[in-house]
Amino acid sequence: MREILIISGKGGTGKTSLTAAFAHAADRPVICDLDVDAPDLHLLLQPRYEQTETFVSGHEAVIDAETCEQCGLCADMCRFDAIVQRDGEYAVDPIRCEGCKVCVQFCPANAIAFPESECGLWHISTCRFGPMVHAQLHPGAENSGRLVTLLKQQARQLAEKQGLDLILCDGAPGVGCPVISSLAGTDLAVLVTEPTPSGLHDLKRIAELCKHFKTPAGVIVNKSDLNPDVTAAIKEWSEESGLTYLAEFPFDPDFPRAQVEGKVITEFGETALGALIKQTWTAIESLSRVSSRAA
Amino acid sequence: MNVAVASGKGGTGKTTVTASLASVWDGPLTAVDLDVEEPNLHLFLHPEIKGRETVGLTVPVVDEDRCTLCGACSELCQFKAISVMGDLVMTFPEMCHGCGGCLAVCPEKALSPGNRDLGEISWGRAGSVNFVMGQLRIGEAMSPPLMREVKAKLPGLFPDAAGDVIIDAPPGTSCPAINAVMDSDIIVLVTEPTPFGFHDFKLAVEAFTPLGKPMGVVINRAGLGDNAIYEYCKARNFPIWAEIPFDRRLAEAYSNGRIVAEACEDTRRIFTGLAERLRIVSGQKAAGREVSHA
Repeated sequence: MREILIISGKGGTGKTSLTAAFAHAADRPVICDLDVDAPDLHLLLQPRYEQTETFVSGHEAVIDAETCEQCGLCADMCRFDAIVQRDGEYAVDPIRCEGCKVCVQFCPANAIAFPESECGLWHISTCRFGPMVHAQLHPGAENSGRLVTLLKQQARQLAEKQGLDLILCDGAPGVGCPVISSLAGTDLAVLVTEPTPSGLHDLKRIAELCKHFKTPAGVIVNKSDLNPDVTAAIKEWSEESGLTYLAEFPFDPDFPRAQVEGKVITEFGETALGALIKQTWTAIESLSRVSSRAA
Repeated sequence: MNVAVASGKGGTGKTTVTASLASVWDGPLTAVDLDVEEPNLHLFLHPEIKGRETVGLTVPVVDEDRCTLCGACSELCQFKAISVMGDLVMTFPEMCHGCGGCLAVCPEKALSPGNRDLGEISWGRAGSVNFVMGQLRIGEAMSPPLMREVKAKLPGLFPDAAGDVIIDAPPGTSCPAINAVMDSDIIVLVTEPTPFGFHDFKLAVEAFTPLGKPMGVVINRAGLGDNAIYEYCKARNFPIWAEIPFDRRLAEAYSNGRIVAEACEDTRRIFTGLAERLRIVSGQKAAGREVSHA
């Protein structure tokens, strides 16, 4: 089984639009949206939800005002400034609480409860290109890394059960916890960037992250015609850095149009860009076989 | 006034808006890049960096001679960062959130504070604007601790510069995004009128509304996509503070590292207008506070 992850460092470079097009080009992959914070892939793939589960992870401290003796020890010990005074009484600010349990442990009056927190929902669905695993973290919730790990496990089980051998994942922007979790077990990371100073800067950081976790990576420059000089600089840097330079896609107004119509860009009939995307997918597929064998 | 520039979806133009506001701002300003995973503001403001500091998180270090393997630390730790296995106590510093619970609970004083490198804070000046940014070490998973360090350091960095603060926040609606905006007075949400932009904008509104701060939206690349966001804002009286038209010339200016407010006079006017709106909202907020205290 192979796992391909589409990431970018910088947001808004076209990860999701391209993941959806690759899902169309691939032969029934298990599709997995690992951007659990701001997931958008379902807007294009319009899946039929078949199973929905709550994601419970971690705990949250809650002070019982009746039992609290107002000693303030919790506020002194909390490293996250999550204990606030409201109308003269101590309370936990759920936005700042990390769920570390320190206040619960040391409260001399045993006044602090520690219920589990529900952080989001996750779904197993079916869409027109294959089965799909996706989720939505509750706004402001934590533990996105754990939810990503859970989705990947579900995708692997689904692939095994249905006899499918490819998992195609759309990742989150950034280089932090959800992205690190999504790299685990990945055979090939496809880094989607754009020819801007931010695109190049963030590509370098995400490429370094892939190197850190020994994940082979290829590069796609999206909206490449916006600045041919920067596109050339990205190509040169990628090749010098030992990354496979996969493709350049020009800006195409069909991308926003596809979003509005809930379609994938390769569903607009035979276009030059569509053909280029399919050809790039073939290259990604064969590269992932090489890196999967090497691993 | 402390303004946070945030968005649900990435790549909608947070840094464009932050840099442009900094460019037209009237009066002393500190621009803070809290998108520590992928900080980009410096690529447009070109600050002269005057200082750097590596910051860390306090993680436990075990003195095995003192440890009696009682397990109190691993029982308390919610993050599986310290564990007693047989006659061995192991730490997993990369899992640690730095709560200090293990150090406080250890009855033998066998744990002492060690350090995990989180990343770097750098600061300097770009023209008349003070500049600060955090940059997460590659491989470090947690951005909120570094963001907290940046915010804690801010007051001491430019002691003579009382003035306004503008924060470039990370994308999303989970803990890093909330951490970036929660101490601000006003939140500017930047989005684009596409289905992705609209969907993630709604998530951001849902995430930030409980903070009870004035919020408005800047619609970037206006003319792309559809009208859904306009209908939403109208139905809910959600203020649209500015619109930046979809214009290839602006995208090209950005791709050349230029601040779009400096690319043409029309765009400059959009941002001076936005800055004025923010002053008015900030004034209304302050007045509201006085009224409620009276």
